[in-house]
Amino acid sequence: MFVAATLALLITMTLTLVRALLGPTIFDRILAVNSFGTKTVLLIAVYGFLMGRPDFVDIALVYSLINYIGTIAVLKFFEYDDLGSGAYQEDDF
Amino acid sequence: MFDWLIWLLSWIFIGIGCVFIVAGAIGLLRMPDLYTRLHAASVTDTGGAIFIVLGLMLQAFFVFDNPMAGIKVVLVLFFTLFTAPTASHALAKTALLSGHVPTDENGDPILDSPETAQKLARSRPEK
Repeated sequence: MFVAATLALLITMTLTLVRALLGPTIFDRILAVNSFGTKTVLLIAVYGFLMGRPDFVDIALVYSLINYIGTIAVLKFFEYDDLGSGAYQEDDF
Repeated sequence: MFDWLIWLLSWIFIGIGCVFIVAGAIGLLRMPDLYTRLHAASVTDTGGAIFIVLGLMLQAFFVFDNPMAGIKVVLVLFFTLFTAPTASHALAKTALLSGHVPTDENGDPILDSPETAQKLARSRPEK
């Protein structure tokens, strides 16, 4: 069961990497990397159970949060060309 | 006594989760434009994560007899269910702001110009 889930996750991670390499726009690549991160979280959790040591789940927990923060940071950089800027300025509207 | 039931249920849950994940990845690869790919990728984040975590949770509680691991797996699901839609929303909004116009099924743009898309992304609901 865990072997099947690990294999499915590895195959889909390969497909996601193909999209990240092909992706015509930068947002396709960001989407693929974010999706890859979600699959990595699941893979770490399943692999811990496969090896009989479910303690690996801690790492999956941390990875899911870092994946989210990384995606948001990259998106903010592409939206404002700056990581330190605030939200919208009043004259944007 | 309930051992076979636990194994059967976790097989079913993890199998369904694998189907969702493979479907999401194939959609991510084959869908025609960014916004439809976003839709396909969120299948992985919701369906796949929910069912795989359910299967792992059953295993952790009843087979590995390690309730702490079960709780942590549920926490992984909790954070995924909060962060994945937020990241998708931010991605779609940034794409609109940078002028990516969504297309209909024939490949024609559904908005007049990239400027319309930017205006749409910046608009706020009327108070």
